[in-house]
Amino acid sequence: MNQFQYVRPTKPQAAIDAVAKDANARFIAGGTNLVDLMKRGVMTPQKLVDINRLDFRKIEREGNTLRIGALALNSTVANDRQVRERHPLLALALNAGASPQLRNMATVGGNMLQRTRCAYFYDITMPCNKRQPGSGCGALEGINRMHAIFGFSDKCIAVHPSDMSVALVALDATVQVSGPKGNRSIPFADFHRLPGDTPEKDTNLEPGELITAVDLPDSPFTKHVHYQKVRERASYAFALLSVAAALDIDNGTIRAARLAMGGVAHKPWRLTAAEQALVGKPATEATFQQAAAVAMQGAKAFKYNEYKLRLGPNAIVQALKTAAAV
Amino acid sequence: MNAPEKKIGKPMNRVDGRQKVTGAAKYSAEYELPNMAYAVLVGSTIAKGRLTGLDTKAAERAPGVLAVITHLNAPKAPGIKPAGKDPSQPQTVGSALQVLVDDNIRFNDQPIAVVVADTLERARFAARLVQARYAAEKHLTNLEAAKPNAFLPTQAKKNPKSPTADYQRGQVDAYKTGALKLEAEYVIPTEVHHPMELQSITAHWEAPDRLTLYDKTQGTMATRRDFARQWGLPEANVKVIATFVGGAFGNALHSWPHESAAIIAAKVVNRPVKLMLTREQMFTMVGYRPHTWQKIGMSATADGKITAITHESIGQTSTYEEFTESTLGQTKMMYQSPNLTTRYRLAALDIGSPIWMRGPGEATGAFALESAMDEMAHLLNLDPLEFRMRNYTEQDPEKDRPWSSKFLKECYQAGAQRIGWNKRQLKPGALRDGEWLVGYGMGVGTFGAHRGSSKASAQLLPNGTVLLQSAVTDIGPGTGTAMTQIAADTLGLAPEKIRFEWGNSDFAQAPTQGGSAIVNTVGPAVQEACLALKDKLRELAAASNGAFATAKKEDITFTDNHLTLAGNPAARAAYADLVKQAGGTAVTVESKPSGEGQKYSMYSFSVHFAEVRVHELTGEVRVSKLVSCADAGTIVNEKTAGNQMKGGAVGGIGMALMEHAIIDDRFGRYVTKDLADYHVPVHADAPAVEVYFVNQPDPHVNALGTKGIGEIATIGVAPAIANAVFNATGKRVRELPITPDKLV
Ligand SMILES: Cc1cc2nc3c(=O)[nH]c(=O)nc-3n(C[C@H](O)[C@H](O)[C@H](O)COP(=O)(O)OP(=O)(O)OC[C@H]3O[C@@H](n4cnc5c(N)ncnc54)[C@H](O)[C@@H]3O)c2cc1C
Repeated sequence: MNQFQYVRPTKPQAAIDAVAKDANARFIAGGTNLVDLMKRGVMTPQKLVDINRLDFRKIEREGNTLRIGALALNSTVANDRQVRERHPLLALALNAGASPQLRNMATVGGNMLQRTRCAYFYDITMPCNKRQPGSGCGALEGINRMHAIFGFSDKCIAVHPSDMSVALVALDATVQVSGPKGNRSIPFADFHRLPGDTPEKDTNLEPGELITAVDLPDSPFTKHVHYQKVRERASYAFALLSVAAALDIDNGTIRAARLAMGGVAHKPWRLTAAEQALVGKPATEATFQQAAAVAMQGAKAFKYNEYKLRLGPNAIVQALKTAAAV
Repeated sequence: MNAPEKKIGKPMNRVDGRQKVTGAAKYSAEYELPNMAYAVLVGSTIAKGRLTGLDTKAAERAPGVLAVITHLNAPKAPGIKPAGKDPSQPQTVGSALQVLVDDNIRFNDQPIAVVVADTLERARFAARLVQARYAAEKHLTNLEAAKPNAFLPTQAKKNPKSPTADYQRGQVDAYKTGALKLEAEYVIPTEVHHPMELQSITAHWEAPDRLTLYDKTQGTMATRRDFARQWGLPEANVKVIATFVGGAFGNALHSWPHESAAIIAAKVVNRPVKLMLTREQMFTMVGYRPHTWQKIGMSATADGKITAITHESIGQTSTYEEFTESTLGQTKMMYQSPNLTTRYRLAALDIGSPIWMRGPGEATGAFALESAMDEMAHLLNLDPLEFRMRNYTEQDPEKDRPWSSKFLKECYQAGAQRIGWNKRQLKPGALRDGEWLVGYGMGVGTFGAHRGSSKASAQLLPNGTVLLQSAVTDIGPGTGTAMTQIAADTLGLAPEKIRFEWGNSDFAQAPTQGGSAIVNTVGPAVQEACLALKDKLRELAAASNGAFATAKKEDITFTDNHLTLAGNPAARAAYADLVKQAGGTAVTVESKPSGEGQKYSMYSFSVHFAEVRVHELTGEVRVSKLVSCADAGTIVNEKTAGNQMKGGAVGGIGMALMEHAIIDDRFGRYVTKDLADYHVPVHADAPAVEVYFVNQPDPHVNALGTKGIGEIATIGVAPAIANAVFNATGKRVRELPITPDKLV
């Protein structure tokens, strides 16, 4: 590991200043992703700004919104009574991620900002445009079984690995940030980016911007929800592909639907067209299959991830079936 | 006095269990010596070629750095012979990789420099500052591409009787003309051992010609021999300590580059040097189960008698060593096929050498053979268990001689009953549990009941404790516990009064822990050492009490602080007096196999039954139940033996469903570099494993009746699961691991 400075401010503004003024400074929360990347030489910050003393741990309801502090631990959020009652999909997605030990360290802000697990990104001797712009994409013609089928570019075909974010994009969350230019909110669907020509940028955060909270509006999706994570072992593995499904069913008819996929794109992949295909239809397997077909439109595979074209619709159908309990 | 209760067979707790769970057990990386320095290896970033330049200046100037050692400045060990001339690797041809001797790059991440600093962190930081330049050459890391150049191992060319030579009984490739025939190819990927404990060593030159190594090794004597030879030292001047080994599975059966590098580093900085590999380096520097292609041709009669089998394999090796294993061994002896052909070949790749991994060879071969058995049973519309029964061998068809013992039928019965084999449907895809398809499969395993020579020493201590010593290691199976039980029964002494010490090359000579041979080999040595000790004590006691002179061994009784004779209360000799006599009580014996191995074929046998669930939409496979049954002779400790079986079964789940080290051939470099990418089973993947032992002593292997457990615990598990997946889905996966992408 390289040498670095370490500071632990107690005021948000001090933390923001420390990062905004120093291109080589990074926030550190649970450290479960950043420290690994530093050990491998993938990220080499010269200053770490520990934000754990900031007061962003609370989970509170204000009006029709549940505000989850950016420093709330993944395990705290997953076990929170309000989250479980009002947004059970989020709890399911969180508990499908990593291991209990990691969830006890990982924060909401850190989870959203965890970087791709693409092997070429992780190995500093290999080409990767995300790590080293202009060096090429190792995965494009390499071992790409974990890689994207939607929204990729010829610069990058990596996927975003977060399970939590798939639920958050489905649930219309909003990200609250505080930065050198003040506060702003970013709709979750606009938070992460597609790679395009600048895969080095994972999100639309500006330098020095600190995530303070994630807001979840009240929703009718308290009952018929499921997070279907397909992985190579029963637990503690990143998704080959995942589906967050939420249905509002009235008397057998779907009144509203939310659907998103993980492990398929550079960002959590919201499936709005498929959602529309569900609304007003009976909650049956046939409906789910139609929606799955809509969801998969435009998907394109590489040499080793062709299975995702088959797995995707199957996982959507299974997620919807489980959510609807049919 | 009542005879003490027998300890052999009892589920006694591990003698070192408390040390292990309290953290008191010291592993090789946990020795702290005064003035210790820390070494980190720098690996090459190309797979083949030459080093044309090394810039070490920045690393040398980094804080705390004591030395940066490369082939340009490393001291030459006098015993290092040019490649191909090292006799220390009898099983292989060519020689183990010598590091820091030349500018040759033979695989990606080959050590090219070792950085030594006063702390680990500083060594690690400086290691990243070393810059290398290369003249890269075209490398080959793809087995498929290397197959056309596959070759017969040199040992087989020299000796047609070698186990890797082509084998023939009856007609060559007779399956081709069989009425009912099957031809199929099977592939297993590279699998990496990844024991919990990383490879590590602390090298300490106590004097310019005296070396002590705290090393992760399965054989203290073998490691001592290798490095004594490398440095031109008498073996007595090298001491290897490996008291606790945190799992090895074959990973520490070889002397590896990092060990040489640590010894060189310690020489250069003249301080004890500790070197521990990273998890990433565990992929590249210390062996793996080789990627292997196999093909089976099989024919059978309509009533289910096998008429011919041809089994071919091509296994990966490195360019500098011919690594061989017994992939085709089980096929030669398991089923009664009058015509049988095997062909074993190697393909050399620009990757570090493989090494035996639990159930070496046999586990690979059994995946093909036992899958093919299942495929043939399906063609015949026969229950696969019934098909195996129709081809059961009552004597060894390879060597044409009797088995020393074989209770595989008993295992079949016990396992079938426990898994609920009667629920299995002949037609695949017939059972389900909600959205999960349910299937049943079986796989058979076997491994030679090997027994070698070993010594053991015993002595009585003044407090009445018997101290036994052996250089053998305990890599996890519970060797120390089993030996204590054997000694307890032989001496008629409570286990608490026995101290068995192991894992030190200064102790009585013992073989390397491996090949399921340790209880078979060291057990008899301990038994004989205990008998010799009794005799010695009787002799010593006879000097002061004539009654001992004519006493029988069985009558010698250990009491609190006296030796006495059963039925003769007057005969008493105080331990305090005995141990004071000239020469002391210490005895060392050597125990050797009898000639029985020439008359009988000696094998342990196992059968594994799996119940799996396959998700109809996602293709995920979960093993819901495993039953492992073994004919392993006498079971010395039901608990540790059961633990071996369960561990082997879980290893088999990894092999069947997830383990897969992947190389990007363009770079000749692994893309699976940590345990997040390279999956091994977690708790949620491991169902309850039910274990059954026949527990019948083998009359010929040794006096204890043991046959060995470690390997058969895993051999046959992967095909049992693959066969169950077929039974559940009708899909036959012939290339491991069976990941969801192959089923969806
Ligand atoms: C072995 C392993 C398995 C895993 N498996 C899974 C899995 O299955 N599913 C899954 O979803 N995840 C998985 N993870 C990833 C895990 O969820 C993330 O590492 C974790 O959520 C990161 O949170 P953290 O607080 O530790 O972030 P850190 O490592 O502290 O930070 C990550 C990044 O976020 C930035 N950051 C953190 N907080 C803020 C903030 N408030 N504002 C602005 N920037 C911020 C940091 O600067 C850094 O760049 C796994 C991780 C490991 C190590």
